[in-house]
Amino acid sequence: MSLTPATPRSAAGPLDLPARLRDAGLAAFVAFMLFLPLVGFRLEGAEGRLGLAWRPDWVVIGTAAVFLGHLALSIVRSLRPRAVRPAGAGPFGRFVSRHALWLGGAGVAFALALPFLPFSSRYVIDVATTLLIYVMLGWGLNIVVGLAGLLDLGYVAFYAVGAYSFALGYHWFGLGFWEALPLSGALAALFGILLGFPVLRLRGDYLAIVTLGFGEIIRIVLLNWVQVTRGPNGISGIPRPTFFGIEFTRQPAEGELAFHQLFGIDYSPDHRVIFLYYLILALALLTNVFVLRLRRLPIGRAWEALREDEIACKALGINPTNTKLTAFALGAMFGGFAGTFFATRQGFISPESFTFIESATILAIVVLGGMGSQLGVVLAAAVIVLLPEFGREFEQFRMLLFGAAMVGIMVWRPRGLLAHREPTVRLHVRGAHEERPR
Amino acid sequence: MLEVEDVHTRYGHIEALKGVSLEVRRGEIVTIIGANGAGKSTLLMTICGNPRASAGRILFEGEDITELPTYEIVRRGISQAPEGRRIFPRMTVLENLQMGAVPNGGRYFEEDVEQVFELFPRLRERQHQRGGTLSGGEQQMLCIGRALMARPKLLLLDEPSLGLAPMLVRQIFHSIVEINRTRGLTILLVEQNAYQALRIAHRGYVLATGQIVMEGTSAQLLADPEVRAAYLEGGH
Repeated sequence: MSLTPATPRSAAGPLDLPARLRDAGLAAFVAFMLFLPLVGFRLEGAEGRLGLAWRPDWVVIGTAAVFLGHLALSIVRSLRPRAVRPAGAGPFGRFVSRHALWLGGAGVAFALALPFLPFSSRYVIDVATTLLIYVMLGWGLNIVVGLAGLLDLGYVAFYAVGAYSFALGYHWFGLGFWEALPLSGALAALFGILLGFPVLRLRGDYLAIVTLGFGEIIRIVLLNWVQVTRGPNGISGIPRPTFFGIEFTRQPAEGELAFHQLFGIDYSPDHRVIFLYYLILALALLTNVFVLRLRRLPIGRAWEALREDEIACKALGINPTNTKLTAFALGAMFGGFAGTFFATRQGFISPESFTFIESATILAIVVLGGMGSQLGVVLAAAVIVLLPEFGREFEQFRMLLFGAAMVGIMVWRPRGLLAHREPTVRLHVRGAHEERPR
Repeated sequence: MLEVEDVHTRYGHIEALKGVSLEVRRGEIVTIIGANGAGKSTLLMTICGNPRASAGRILFEGEDITELPTYEIVRRGISQAPEGRRIFPRMTVLENLQMGAVPNGGRYFEEDVEQVFELFPRLRERQHQRGGTLSGGEQQMLCIGRALMARPKLLLLDEPSLGLAPMLVRQIFHSIVEINRTRGLTILLVEQNAYQALRIAHRGYVLATGQIVMEGTSAQLLADPEVRAAYLEGGH
């Protein structure tokens, strides 16, 4: 694995300033056309009526920033020799995957200790819980997109199926969280197979379009089937999870024990928040262990082979139908679990929580993480969930920073944050000196 | 062992095979030679059921496999080293070999890997390397090795010489003979490199525009003036 030397620079010299200026000018022009209506005008309420405020200075600042940014970026890139990277993608990725066990263990230890750390607060736990939901969703979608290579733009559908299975199961049949959990996993898996059948022969763009449509169908059905789902009003009063049957209340019903009484501690509303946090941590870790195990089983290897070359798979006696369907079903199942958790955490769900932007966010986590990398998903989920949180101080510039960070990742790590793939099989027969498998 | 009876295959309106019949007997190396576009690869693919024959029958060990799905055909004991190698570029050599062992559930994995490594020692050196980083010749070895992992009764080889230097071609063909001699494995070899193919095969068929135009032992075909004129002279 040697790095090839720098490619020869353009004939016009290393800096080729006129061309770069032209490029930056073009980018600035596009930005200007966008900024003109988006930033240039602002609705303002004055004296009881709406008026348009004209802000030329903002447009100029924005356009200038794009021009200079583009210029700076292209100059920086031309100064750094562009090396063709081997498939492993860089020393960072290789370091992380080499020490994955250690890093993963440290991460889990930190997650376990988090509620008891000095800086911990209800807000921290809440954000961490949200983060873990996305990590779990990312790991679930990783089966479909990262391992099996099937681009799924409608993953939120299974999240919705899971959430609504619990909400409706409670509403109509009085199911509790622990009864609903396996049920929603199974239902979501069923929907995964339902989606899988029509798309078996599709790939790439076509597959993406159909899965996108599937996600929208589920959402629109939830929105319009008012008699059953209560439509846009959503379902409220979804029960909170119990500590295996023991409730988190100050005043338990007659003859029952509450959580704080059972453990002989003072009542605190934080107990439930912390319990929810540990619950999603356990669910997410379960997902991770499951996916890591699957990767080593023949089915997991078949997913990866299918991603690489479907025709070769057929020639090797792999049944592509079953392989794809299991990927869809298992990926969907974890989405369903996460959905159930989401429902119990929020206590209220409506179709608005399951729009396309959720699918896009989860997909972004998988892609930014480096397709197929488990630790990468965690890292990317942290970026995507925490960045807007840290950005709160910047108020209206929050999403701008978020966008800039996304662009930055794609510029510097186009294959994702961690794109190093660790082999899943080694021989032990004659390899006493070989490193042990991870 | 394998009987192909009057098989037709179409791609839409184009008929790629127009009634091909041939037979492969146990322990033989049989080669199909022919020019570009004669239908050689289509024939191999049709035997594997992808695309399916639109007419005719394919029998393997007396069983009609014409309508079986590809993975069932592979499980019956027909392995293919497809055209263009089609190894898995991001998976290591070992993982590629493991994928080949899917039809028998990987039961003989370590034993069979050892045999493949004995046949192609280069693969042993490269076992942890990604498939995509191998040279063309090594990829071809991996492709054949992967097909052998299924413990096939019949091995279909599609243009193993494609894009390889003459020395590597000789090496690969030498390995093919070795597989046939030491294991008694039956081989159906599709080749444009007619001379090399006929030198190692027992019998051969000449395919032109979707039909068998000539058949015979390798010696017969090598001596035939028409075959010499069309496929052997010039080059080699």
